[in-house]
Amino acid sequence: MNSRTSMLTASKASADPTTVQTSPKPAAVRRARLRDFGWAMGFLAPQLTGLIVFVVGPMAFAFYLSFTNWDGFNTLSMAGLDNYRFVFTDPQLAASARNTLWLTALQVPGLLVSGLIVAYFLQKAGRMTSFYRLLFFAPQVTSSVAVAAIWLYLFNPQISPINSALRSVGITAPDWLQNPHTVILSLVVVGIWQGLGYQVVIFMAGLSNVPRTLLEAASIDGANEWQKFWRVTIPMLSPTILFLSITSIIASFQVFDIVYVMFDTNATSSARTIVYEIVQIAFQQNSFGQASALAVSLFVSLLLLTGLQLLAQRRWVYYAE
Amino acid sequence: MSTTTSHPTRRTAIRWTQLQLHLILLVTSVLMAIPFLWMLFASFKPLDEIFRYPPSLLPEHWTTRNYDTGFAQVDFVRAFANSVTVALSVTVISLLTCAMAAYAFARIRFAGRGILFTAFLCTMMVPPQLTIIPLYIIMGRIGLLDTLWALILPSGLFNAFGVFLLRQYVKGIPLELEEAAAIDGAGRIRTFVTIVLPLLRTPLVALGIFLFLGQWNSFFYPLIFLNSTSNFTLPLVVNQFKGALTSDWGALMAGVTIAAVPMLLVFLLAQRKIVEGIALSGSKS
Repeated sequence: MNSRTSMLTASKASADPTTVQTSPKPAAVRRARLRDFGWAMGFLAPQLTGLIVFVVGPMAFAFYLSFTNWDGFNTLSMAGLDNYRFVFTDPQLAASARNTLWLTALQVPGLLVSGLIVAYFLQKAGRMTSFYRLLFFAPQVTSSVAVAAIWLYLFNPQISPINSALRSVGITAPDWLQNPHTVILSLVVVGIWQGLGYQVVIFMAGLSNVPRTLLEAASIDGANEWQKFWRVTIPMLSPTILFLSITSIIASFQVFDIVYVMFDTNATSSARTIVYEIVQIAFQQNSFGQASALAVSLFVSLLLLTGLQLLAQRRWVYYAE
Repeated sequence: MSTTTSHPTRRTAIRWTQLQLHLILLVTSVLMAIPFLWMLFASFKPLDEIFRYPPSLLPEHWTTRNYDTGFAQVDFVRAFANSVTVALSVTVISLLTCAMAAYAFARIRFAGRGILFTAFLCTMMVPPQLTIIPLYIIMGRIGLLDTLWALILPSGLFNAFGVFLLRQYVKGIPLELEEAAAIDGAGRIRTFVTIVLPLLRTPLVALGIFLFLGQWNSFFYPLIFLNSTSNFTLPLVVNQFKGALTSDWGALMAGVTIAAVPMLLVFLLAQRKIVEGIALSGSKS
């Protein structure tokens, strides 16, 4: 055992050129470094091209466009900060931003809580887990367009079984997608139905990493199920909760497919989300400058929000080790 | 465990909670399935049954008329072929190029490696809405707008998550294996093809299914980049179908069923791998 570890450290040391070569031969080393650089660039070439042509370049271009007036065909003119002024003063964009925030505020906690509960129960169930997981996960592999079409049908007041069920107990259900008070709630229901499976799978992966010894130690100390869940499982799961809250918030801010399929290009004011606005402004009104300013603003908000969450994690996220 | 079996009262208590547990899970999971069942059965109902009150889940008179209408309206076969072309091309190109980049980041020392890798990771934060307008303009300039290439190239040639995931796995491969190959005279390319790629099989399969699913269900990029109905992928066709037949709910549900069922079948067969692939995406935060 001992000789083996020493062999491993020896081989590691020899792989590191700085520790082995006390008196390097400059020309040979430089040539070797250059050759390695060449190989690295060769292996990286396709993905590096993609990074520059399809991400970094377009990002810079989008940033530039946000200060211009352009419809994509006629000559481009500089707009200064006009597009940003439009983004922060337009009343419809303010309404769309509010819709997006409401959607996120309802959907993300809904997803996290229901995902955690289902994952916890699934973990306990042992048997039939894959059957349940199949049902929970199936909406996740269905395209958003199909999901939206199904719910368009289920929310239609004339044929909705939901409304029929409510009617049979004497409640007049609203026209879910047309009523400004219920449209966001309806989108949240669809979002949770579609996204729950992902949350469950990630939470189950997190739960499987909770050390059994800790839970057993808590049992011996006389902790009940609830105390074990609250005092052991939740802290051990906190990195998973952080990961899911960051990714879910980003996803909720970018909701588009469902809204677009349900309302096409003429969504009512109360149903519009920010990304829906970006697409409408860019590709219906051909106002690339304004749409770019809105996209840049969305990106910066997401960066700030994610940064805040990463800062706040020190207060509540627990890392083993 | 041996102590619980000797206490009969405690054992029945455990069995009772297990029963409750399964009852809760069964009810909630079946609730999850109801929208699908409603879609499936509505696609076999005549229109007057869809509008009937009170509603019933199962059709009284089964009909395939909705499917006839669906296939008469829209070229599902063509859309299916387009979806397969895009999803398969992106998956194959992306897996190969991501593995290459992952190998370079994990195994070759070069100036700027740290900065470049950080740049890759940072791009995971960029929302697609920020780059879609420039991409639309670029694709127009190079003449790829309204072709499947506009969907294949950006996704195939760039995937920061794939690079990151595979790099972790390459790092886990024992260095001794590659050193032995180097002593036998294998160069970088041979080492990559004969040693690294075969050892990456498991993460490649998981990532591949993940990529395929993502492309198959993608709506945003096809919606912006494609114009001709002959180039439409399945999600676009369903959307177009919805626009044409908003009042013919039976036909619409038939169209949605046609689009949804293949992926549900794939999921049924590859459930374990898909779940592994998804779980990978969360555990590496």
